[in-house]
Amino acid sequence: MNLKPWMAAAFVGMAGVAIAQDDSTLSIDGEDFVTETAAPAHVENLSTIYSGWRFRTPETQALQEDDFDNPAMIFVDQGMDLFNAVDGAEGKSCASCHKGGPEEFVGLHATMPKVVDGKLIVMEDLINTHRVEVMGAEPWKWSGADMQAMVALIGLQSRGMPMEVAIDGEAAPFWEKGKEIYYTRYGQLELSCSNCHEDNYGNMIRADHLSQGMINGFPTYRLKQAKLISRHNRFRGCIRDTRAETFAEGSDEFKALELYVASRANGLDVETPAVRQ
Amino acid sequence: TAASAEAVKPTQVVFEDGAISASLSGMPGDAANGAALMNKGSGNCIACHSVSALSDLPFHGEVGPPLDGAGDRWSEADLRGIVADAKMMFDGTVMPSFYKTSGFTRLGDAYTGKAHGEDEVQPLLTAQEIEDVVAFLVTLKDE
Ligand code: HEC
Ligand code: HEC
Ligand code: HEC
Repeated sequence: MNLKPWMAAAFVGMAGVAIAQDDSTLSIDGEDFVTETAAPAHVENLSTIYSGWRFRTPETQALQEDDFDNPAMIFVDQGMDLFNAVDGAEGKSCASCHKGGPEEFVGLHATMPKVVDGKLIVMEDLINTHRVEVMGAEPWKWSGADMQAMVALIGLQSRGMPMEVAIDGEAAPFWEKGKEIYYTRYGQLELSCSNCHEDNYGNMIRADHLSQGMINGFPTYRLKQAKLISRHNRFRGCIRDTRAETFAEGSDEFKALELYVASRANGLDVETPAVRQ
Repeated sequence: TAASAEAVKPTQVVFEDGAISASLSGMPGDAANGAALMNKGSGNCIACHSVSALSDLPFHGEVGPPLDGAGDRWSEADLRGIVADAKMMFDGTVMPSFYKTSGFTRLGDAYTGKAHGEDEVQPLLTAQEIEDVVAFLVTLKDE
């Protein structure tokens, strides 16, 4: 490509050059979190990966540093109530079988999504399978409050553990599909995930400070919406903003994208449930 | 005459080295309306660019270069080409194409997240709106 006239004057602040995440350390209950680390080899175009926490204002960051201030914890408590609540034709609760409580799931979130019996499974799938097949209860809506409260409760059990999602073996074809979606320029604005979160992280887009679009803190509590936001809901919002037809929450496309995006955070600590503006 | 001028359709635009020589609407642009389009609606240029002349407006983006002095760096024809379809000037740029109606992947119905229906696809800016934005850009001179 030719050097355009503006480049000499305006190279500062351009794609990939800005490094505008801050250098604060996330610490919860005296425990420090890894919010910055070398990018895994499969993330070809980044040398360092950062948690979205590093791009937020000090006020928003602080809410995540104390569980009493973290508004997401109310929903985690609701998740605990749901865990113990009997529901469905079999008269069972999660706790009827999982007598050890949600602590049985320590580490699970850090390895999700994963492939089971040839199918790519995300946390919402595990939860609904158990509700429908073993409890005889109604499935929960993907981004519904009860579902995301349970996803957050199970996710919290892995907080502080590094993300380590498998991308090889049976996962490989799903991962490739997710990668393809990540780099496709959708909609009338013709923007891909990478255009915003890889080429322009650290830059402002209107009033928003672009992060690397990591999901190690999901479900996140969004102050603007005053509720827990699912991963697929966030994906949908970002694709909609390109004036595109989005994929559905729970679709094969979004599960593949979730696997790919989760793997981009391998090495960052799980922060679930994170707080965002 | 200007009054009877017919707009060039998005599919008929001729680019020369990324530039478009003549007005797309056949009419001159209105710089004041161009300045308004920089801020809102389907233009929203300051989502990505800062412009000192519009510093009374909050939240200028950093995804594209600052546009101060764009009227010195580029001819009117260049600016028209850049706004109509920046990909003709800058290969693979993230800047959207504002006067283009085909070649999209999963085109949506504006910001609804739903598929675009059977209706004719409208460009992000009309021919006259492109001219208005260009008329504003040529006023962006250094000093
Ligand atoms: C009837 C018994 C039963 C009930 C009720 C039940 N589970 Fe399970 N669950 C199991 C068994 C058995 C396993 C281990 C085998 C497996 O992974 O399917 C398991 C495993 C899991 C796993 C871990 C899967 C993995 O890959 O490590 C999760 C998460 C889970 N259950 C969540 C729930 C939740 C949430 C509920 C309530 C909505 C629930 N379960 C209700 C029996 C039950
Ligand atoms: C037009 C620009 C744009 C595009 C394209 C885009 N995003 Fe985003 N995304 C944003 C903005 C702005 C935010 C809010 C600020 C932030 O966290 O980066 C955001 C936030 C996110 C977050 C939340 C991060 C956090 O820490 O809370 C995730 C995850 C995400 N995006 C993933 C994606 C994926 C996956 C795609 C492609 C399917 C995508 N984005 C496409 C602009 C975009
Ligand atoms: C999503 C981001 C984005 C939006 C929205 C956008 N641009 Fe750009 N623009 C860019 C980028 C990035 C470049 C640098 C070209 C490249 O990619 O090589 C650019 C380049 C330009 C240039 C040439 C740079 C110079 O000043 O020398 C002009 C002029 C321009 N844009 C005008 C506009 C106008 C007018 C609008 C709105 C109608 C607009 N842009 C909307 C991202 C954007």
